[in-house]
Amino acid sequence: MLTLEGLDIVQDDFRLTADWSVPTGARVAIIGPSGGGKSTLLSAISGFAEAQGKVLWNGAPLGDLAPGKRPIAMLFQDQNLFPHLTAAQNVGLALSQGRLTKAQGQRVGLALSRVGLDGLENRKPSQLSGGQQSRVALARVLLQDRPLWLLDEPFAALGPGLRSEMLALVQQIAAEVGATILMVTHDPEDARRFADLVVVVDQGVALAPRDTEDLFANPDQALRDYLGH
Amino acid sequence: MADRLRGLIPLIAAALVGAAVLLPLAAVIWRAGGLSPLDGRSWDAVWFTLWQAALSAVLSVGLAVPVARALARRRFRGRSALVALLGAPFILPVIVAILGLLAVFGQKGWLSDVMGLFGLPAVKIYGLHGVLLAHVFFNLPLATRLLLQGWQDIPAERFRVAATLNLRPWTMFRLIEWPMLRRIAPGAAMVIFVICLSSFAVALTLGGGPKATTVELAIYQAFRFDFDIGKAAQLAVVQLVLAGGAALAAMKLTLPEAGFGGLDRVVPRWDGSRIVDGFWIALVALFLLLPLAAIGLRGAGAIATLPASVWYAALYSVAVSLGAVAVTLVLALPLALSRRKWIELVGLMGIASSPLVLGTGLYLMINPFIAPWDVALPVTAAVNAVMALPFALRILRPAAAQIEAEHGRLADSLDLHGWARLRWLMLPRLRRPLGFAAGLTGALAMGDLGVITMFADPDTATLPLQMYRLMGAYRMEQAAGAALLLLILSFGLFWIFDRGGRINADT
Repeated sequence: MLTLEGLDIVQDDFRLTADWSVPTGARVAIIGPSGGGKSTLLSAISGFAEAQGKVLWNGAPLGDLAPGKRPIAMLFQDQNLFPHLTAAQNVGLALSQGRLTKAQGQRVGLALSRVGLDGLENRKPSQLSGGQQSRVALARVLLQDRPLWLLDEPFAALGPGLRSEMLALVQQIAAEVGATILMVTHDPEDARRFADLVVVVDQGVALAPRDTEDLFANPDQALRDYLGH
Repeated sequence: MADRLRGLIPLIAAALVGAAVLLPLAAVIWRAGGLSPLDGRSWDAVWFTLWQAALSAVLSVGLAVPVARALARRRFRGRSALVALLGAPFILPVIVAILGLLAVFGQKGWLSDVMGLFGLPAVKIYGLHGVLLAHVFFNLPLATRLLLQGWQDIPAERFRVAATLNLRPWTMFRLIEWPMLRRIAPGAAMVIFVICLSSFAVALTLGGGPKATTVELAIYQAFRFDFDIGKAAQLAVVQLVLAGGAALAAMKLTLPEAGFGGLDRVVPRWDGSRIVDGFWIALVALFLLLPLAAIGLRGAGAIATLPASVWYAALYSVAVSLGAVAVTLVLALPLALSRRKWIELVGLMGIASSPLVLGTGLYLMINPFIAPWDVALPVTAAVNAVMALPFALRILRPAAAQIEAEHGRLADSLDLHGWARLRWLMLPRLRRPLGFAAGLTGALAMGDLGVITMFADPDTATLPLQMYRLMGAYRMEQAAGAALLLLILSFGLFWIFDRGGRINADT
């Protein structure tokens, strides 16, 4: 379970607070106007942004841990792969920062084939399409074997068809390993399709997660403002 | 624990550089006993140093204005080659250029030959004007690059507006170009002034005599001819005050940045005379190419018959050069990766101190313990490494900062730190700038004729020193052969490193 206890992020004249928790295995969409602080919330949870209050995973505070030491795998909006490394090398960094053992190499191959990239192990990101690059990054997240995934609109640059394909793949793989997901999106449709819970970020507050169907059936003021009706 | 140790590495590198610069300076000041009254000859050297540096700066920048203007507004075949050629003097060994200049402008040079056809006397190159000629040869290209950058940074829209208003050339210059020049030219002149303050090899070969001796040359003469280490130390303090004062004054100006490359854009304009621009472009091209061509022509015949001493010297020079590259990179990499602001000052220390001053200090430190000529080559490599460090940092630091900005988050989220971060992220992405920095360092060290002149005994010499000795013995054919060899080695070393950084490197 992820718990945010009196989380308070202050940056210049911007402020965002959050005080709620989500159960393990949940898929949570974070929606709200741009500039509202959706990405900042993920940054605070992952340790890239400073914040007051507490972030707890299964009761253990994460505050003192560097981003790479947290039980978190992250996909950013861009720059999710090192452009000078092959697909296999990029994915391999999830397992080892030295030379991969034979067994680890096989796991890299399996992960790449799980995301549908058989035979593309030795391509560099520039030789892959946008969708394929997203799949490489997803394969790495899969092997990182961390219980909490933070997705900061990683598929925003893909077309609508590819995007829903990727979301479905994330959904499947996350279900297989039981990962908890927080995903920022600006598309309410993505949220409806993907998430069991939705957090609306509005006027400096990340509101407590609500059941997706319930929320869209009975939208509160914040969601109505965002949707524009 | 491991993190704390890693944090110490840049501090250790900074401390090493600091010690390499400050300890010799302290030794010099201690030996000189502070500032003591100078004799007449030393004052002459001070005045000549300031005078020639000022003239060199004004001439270089003054001539660069029409050249940069012509390059900024003309598109022609070979333009990019000429712009590349403007970067060449930076890695051209000084002594090679001097031999080339002598072949063109010397008493028996091509220009004298042409003047002889008209019954005019031969050119006399030695003295102030020879020094200026060489300084302009090296710094006109630098000034041109700085000003060209300034011209290219003027938004093209302004020239479009000027064209629609049909402004007269003078009005256009006053309104658009003059403000840019007023901003950039003083800084460019200051940079050249500082460079020429520490002129040694040029003064050694083309100056000399009581009327054309720089302080750096006077240090060498006191050291080598008068065997007066006390006087050398006294002059070294003077040089330190001059260079330090100029460096402090330079900090008040915004110094222009010459990027390495990116001068390809031609801003479309509809003014100016093709003939005048063509004249300036041809003039600067000839000025740079003729001395190089002379080296090629005269050296090609001699290179096959060079004596063994020259080949040994070449071997020593390659060793010194590779040593300097290794030391510079080992120091520069941790300094470049460190995010501390004050690290930049560490690099600047190399600029403020001159080779002969460092050499004097190192001599004072080493002499009580071992014979200085036994360590002539390591000392030369070390001094060159310190001198090249500021350039290496200028190349590597922005590159490292950009890599951090683009990929640092991903590396953090994957917990890549220390060696792993270096291996998977920084080294592969720094390959190009590393290769470029290594190439510059290697070429600079290869061509350096400075501290080696103080430390070498008659049996050991680097290639530039050996070449200088051949010139001193009037064996000009062999000197030209050695010059060609040195030219090939310097440019070749630069090319190999730079190329090594580019090959298979992903952008």
